[in-house]
Amino acid sequence: MKTRLRFGYLLPLAIILVWGVWVLLKGEDTLRETTFTVFMFIGMASSLNILLGYTGYVSFGHIVFFGLGGYFGFYLVSQHNLALIPASLAGGALSGALAGLLGLAVLRLRGAYFALATIGINEAARAFVSNFGPFGGATGLFVQFSAYEAYGGAGPALWTTFIYLWLVTLVVLLASSLVKSSRFGLGLMAIREDEDAAMVMGVKAPRAKTIAFMISAFFPGMIGTLYFFKNGNVEPGDAFQLHMSIEALVMIMLGGMGTVFGPMLGAVTYQGLRGYLLTSPIFKSLHLAVSGVFLLVIILFIPAGVVGWIRHRIPLTRKLLE
Amino acid sequence: MLDQVLSSLSDGIVLGFVYGLAAMGLSLIWGVMTVINLAHGPVIALGMFGTYLFFTQAGMNPYLAILLVAVLGLLFGFVMYGVAVHRVLNAPHLSTLLATFAINMILIGIGTAVFSTSPHNVDFSMGSLDAGPITIPLTRLIAALGAVLVTVFLYSFLYFTRPGKAIRAVANNREAAELMGIPSAAVLALSFGLGTMLAAVAGGLIATFFPFTILSGGPYELKSFVICVLGGLGNPLGALLGGLILGGLEGLVPAFMPVSWVPVVEFGLFVLVLVVRPTGLFGAK
Amino acid sequence: MMLLQVQEVTKRFGGLQALSDVTFELPEGQILGLIGPNGAGKTTLFNVLNGVFAPNKGRVIFRGEDITGLPPYDVARRGIARAYQVVRPLNDLTVRENVMVGGCFGRECLSLGQAASGAEEVLAVVGLLDRADQLASSLNVAQKKRLELARALGSRPYLLLLDEVLAGLNPSEIAAMLETIQKIRAGGITILMIEHVMQAVMNVSDRVIVLDYGQVIAEGLPEEVVNNPLVIEAYLGDPKLTQRLIEG
Repeated sequence: MKTRLRFGYLLPLAIILVWGVWVLLKGEDTLRETTFTVFMFIGMASSLNILLGYTGYVSFGHIVFFGLGGYFGFYLVSQHNLALIPASLAGGALSGALAGLLGLAVLRLRGAYFALATIGINEAARAFVSNFGPFGGATGLFVQFSAYEAYGGAGPALWTTFIYLWLVTLVVLLASSLVKSSRFGLGLMAIREDEDAAMVMGVKAPRAKTIAFMISAFFPGMIGTLYFFKNGNVEPGDAFQLHMSIEALVMIMLGGMGTVFGPMLGAVTYQGLRGYLLTSPIFKSLHLAVSGVFLLVIILFIPAGVVGWIRHRIPLTRKLLE
Repeated sequence: MLDQVLSSLSDGIVLGFVYGLAAMGLSLIWGVMTVINLAHGPVIALGMFGTYLFFTQAGMNPYLAILLVAVLGLLFGFVMYGVAVHRVLNAPHLSTLLATFAINMILIGIGTAVFSTSPHNVDFSMGSLDAGPITIPLTRLIAALGAVLVTVFLYSFLYFTRPGKAIRAVANNREAAELMGIPSAAVLALSFGLGTMLAAVAGGLIATFFPFTILSGGPYELKSFVICVLGGLGNPLGALLGGLILGGLEGLVPAFMPVSWVPVVEFGLFVLVLVVRPTGLFGAK
Repeated sequence: MMLLQVQEVTKRFGGLQALSDVTFELPEGQILGLIGPNGAGKTTLFNVLNGVFAPNKGRVIFRGEDITGLPPYDVARRGIARAYQVVRPLNDLTVRENVMVGGCFGRECLSLGQAASGAEEVLAVVGLLDRADQLASSLNVAQKKRLELARALGSRPYLLLLDEVLAGLNPSEIAAMLETIQKIRAGGITILMIEHVMQAVMNVSDRVIVLDYGQVIAEGLPEEVVNNPLVIEAYLGDPKLTQRLIEG
């Protein structure tokens, strides 16, 4: 049983590994761009899933960690010429630390109150950054073209960023697997099912929740830095889109929350669908409405998501999909 | 300086009534079924466009149009409840949040296709009221008055009519109410309809003095969250008071710091109240 | 050795005096029955013992250590486990995982592997081994009650708090559950149990204490308590129970 369990955790890693290699071998710019977006959402959805899927807390404004961490990392790259890796680690660290501080206060709230608080935090962060001088206020920050020279020019810099993101995505999936298959993860899932009962069984819920929140905030901070660096600029409107936060939730829902494979599957499917809708002549102007209908159908009829549904229907897959 | 503060404060407070009205819909729905309606913003926007269409296409007086919008809002709420909310009412919070957000996406998607995202306005003016340093356009004053009237109407409805009492019973304890023979599904649909109606009416009133797009409901939805939390989620009268507080803040804050800091103060306060006093400023502990 | 000492524990909710000066001791290896009419404060007492509520006054000493006011998870790690009256299975986890939570976070803080093998043993004791890989939500009520017990046992506690584990079971299920409880005590675990099924509590307990309006009104051997006029009076408001008490 053990070896098959491992297979369930390795599958997503293997897929992303092969996918990244394939993109690198192809070497096409458009393929790199679309894959960048997909990987980014896989990373975002998977890290959010550590809080949402394993711990059961609905962080609606999770994008704040992408925005703030990304802003900080980008600030270090663009204003202080820090290299991309340490900068993105710093971005992640800022997000993680912020989650740690906020967590102590906000994670006391349960259910919809917690969701509302995270929306408020995101809006407060957006409004604050719009007024914050060092981050360029409402206009945001730009990267000097010379910053790309360290990576051999703008083109190679984009490839380097892609490789970093690819690695981060792999690490997120690895972290997600490790958490899920660990003692810590079992405690989180106990909290998800019944927090009070979990505490009575000895789970240190306040600490466990906060750690889960920090892990799930750390990676978005890294990903944000890479994303803004790829774009060459950052502004408050891009960094704190509540909409993106909710899209990540939708991807988790679609693939199956609380699984390692689900958020990845959901991100790929959602991005694929959106790509199709945006380019299709029939749905182009209605793409948002069509996505909405799609989301509604999932929530009403397959709330466990695709992976949950398959696991439920075909017991054999329970050991293969985690 | 004082004149400026007075005029901006009175502006803010008058607007606060309308904010409060918008938030009241959200608060009512939360109070009865603990659902946060994320389609609240687009419904406000639909109220704006409904008023706009009756005004421009049928040449109707805007206030008459708002009455029609109220009826349509009520019906729309029934439909929304039946399609998206009823099935997931007992599921975890995430389901209702995402179900109402799906409606949000659908409304914005269709709205964008039909109206584009360029600004529209109801070209209607009734002059303004002058009192010393304070000048208030009459449309805003009527809107504030309208908000008060609707609140009175809502309270009389909740306290003095049978369906209103049924709503309060269901809000208090759904299971017990069902055992007493109250059809909870119908009552829940009615509450959702009323909540939607309030949002649509607020949108209609706003449309009489501000230009708007299909996305305009968004900021009011966020303000409604803040207001509901200030006034206590699920407490409609608290929502009106919360609206006044928020309006007052929006009037006062610019006197002391740049206008762009207003949202920082608002949302900072929002998170603070949620953490320190989740039952709201006026709620019981 | 005294495993648990409860000293003058008092708990108020607003104007309601839920517990007043509750004092008793529980020696290691005993089964202590806790009875009393509805609303007497039995469940509140459990909540104070395992840290869900902090008492307004008084102390709880467990194995010589003052644990008053510790949060529930710290109490659990010191070796007190609890089975709820209303079953609270972790629905989306398997039966085995439910029990493993107890093992991983309870007194011994086991690793996952150790907890998994410990879970097997415990599930065998309560008779749920064949359902180990099912989701907890798929069990029936009697099985959920057993899971509740297994989960508490999974943490290998010194003291087990049982809150009406017999409620809602049919007579044959009750008999089986009592047998299990005896087996648990034979394994060296001390038990404090709230129970309404009088006959059962009288048969299985070494001693019984009676709570009424938050006060201990009687304490002693089961047969002593049954004949105590104060106890009979406390139950008179509830004729059915009085009947059962007298017959039992």
